[in-house]
Amino acid sequence: MSSLDQPLILGIETSCDETGVGLVRGCELLGDEVASSVDQHARFGGVVPEVASRAHLEAMTPTVRRALDSAGVKLADVDAIAVTAGPGLAGALLVGVSAAKAYAMALGKPLYGVNHLVGHVAVDQLEHGPLPKPAIALLVSGGHTSLLLMRDLATDVQSLGDTVDDAAGEAYDKVARLLNLPYPGGPPIDRAAREGDARAIRFPRGKWGDGTYDFSFSGLKTAVARWVEDTVRDGREVPVNDIAAGFQESVVDVLTRKAVDACLEHGVEHLVISGGVAANSRLRALAEQRCAEAGINLRVPRPRLCTDNGAMIAALGAEVVAAGLPPSSLNLATDTSLPVDRPLAA
Amino acid sequence: MLILAFDTATPAITAALCQSDAEGGALVRAAASTVDARHHGELLTPQIRDVMARAGADLGEVTHIAVGIGPGPYTGLRVGLATAHALADALGVPCHGVATLDAVALASGREEPFVAATDARRKEVFWARYADSRTRTGEIAVDRPADVDTGGLPVIGHGAQLYTEVFGAAAADPEPLYPTAAAIGEIVLRRLAAGEPLPEPRPLYLRRPDAVLPGAPKKVRQWQT
Repeated sequence: MSSLDQPLILGIETSCDETGVGLVRGCELLGDEVASSVDQHARFGGVVPEVASRAHLEAMTPTVRRALDSAGVKLADVDAIAVTAGPGLAGALLVGVSAAKAYAMALGKPLYGVNHLVGHVAVDQLEHGPLPKPAIALLVSGGHTSLLLMRDLATDVQSLGDTVDDAAGEAYDKVARLLNLPYPGGPPIDRAAREGDARAIRFPRGKWGDGTYDFSFSGLKTAVARWVEDTVRDGREVPVNDIAAGFQESVVDVLTRKAVDACLEHGVEHLVISGGVAANSRLRALAEQRCAEAGINLRVPRPRLCTDNGAMIAALGAEVVAAGLPPSSLNLATDTSLPVDRPLAA
Repeated sequence: MLILAFDTATPAITAALCQSDAEGGALVRAAASTVDARHHGELLTPQIRDVMARAGADLGEVTHIAVGIGPGPYTGLRVGLATAHALADALGVPCHGVATLDAVALASGREEPFVAATDARRKEVFWARYADSRTRTGEIAVDRPADVDTGGLPVIGHGAQLYTEVFGAAAADPEPLYPTAAAIGEIVLRRLAAGEPLPEPRPLYLRRPDAVLPGAPKKVRQWQT
């Protein structure tokens, strides 16, 4: 079936600091535009919710227009609107959901409030085609670190484990601050780590071998802080590159080990890694190596699709429409802690 | 002109469909208001849909969107603005802003000078002075109630009702507490007819976002020193 036979889905994402709008037919990506307020948050060392919400309002309709233009379609061509209903920042979510409702009402088209976390997995279909069922998904970002058993993107998502404290990306941001590296911390730590020796300092592996699929990165962050403080107290130069490499190795070691274990335990042959941290070069390399050793097919979307965007929401919307699920009503509420086992919000 | 007007900058969610009449005034085809400070996001679009249905009109007939631009609590305020921007974009019609306090003032119908005040949270009010219901005489400000220079004038609006102990007898008759969308629509109709400028549909925040620059990372070994 050519993608032209499939409905055109407009996806809107405003759960954090990126205003994302995507246009998708089935597994085909037609348009993907993002306006980011990350520069406004950088000096605060993290996302400031009110700053993000203000930026979403400014960027919302212009980003919709840019996405339509880049996709070469008209608003009237849109068959359904999908929007992130949660999880995310309350005020930020509300801008996207309000706009999505207005578009749906004005166009007379159905509205689907969908799950941001599941969207991160669904986006892989735009790059690698339909997701085999079942698949394991490792979702790693600034706000989330989850292992998911995906039997069906639209109807059957099960959480296997989650972080019990900091998200992986949050640990990157905090360690970057300790090392005087800029925010967001992922890219600069990745760069520094490439110049360092990952075996020079062995940092602890949180919840390593505890028999769960949960994660913990708070202790690791504290271990790095202690190391930096001790080094400074002793009047030695802080070996930024080696610390970055040792920290990163600890994070990706646990992430990939638990993801591969989950595949093996559940007899699943396909692993998807997505979310902002999936752009990390060492995570990709180690996951490739370990999946190859274990005979697992690894799928990682290109970095542009791993970070927050509207295409991932449109991709999940396409799945939800294809599954024949009922649309959301216009009184759809945002849910800042929408659980991952609900791909479609009420 | 057929104007779809709404405001979410106060605890009230209010929507109305207004049509210009032969005398340049506003004929309200349908209107609705709900007071629910925590559910603007859920209630606004269904309320607009209901107002359109009761007016027997189709969204495609709307010629202008008019929206309250606050000031007001930010999360609710943005619901109205995001809705207005998207509706105007989808319908291909212009969108105009109206200061929410101006709609409170117009809805009061008062012919003598007064002060209008709405809740700004954090023990403050958004307020402005008016010569009459149609004429604001100063800038909109945000202050603690005790710092509002009322000039001995009556104070109306939700801000007056919340702080009667501060405003005293001046707040004895605070109605209307909230703006009406009909007033938002009437202000836009009148100004468009008179060729007067209208504000852009952009929020009046009046405060900068709360955000503190991070200090040095906390020491993790301080118990040892």
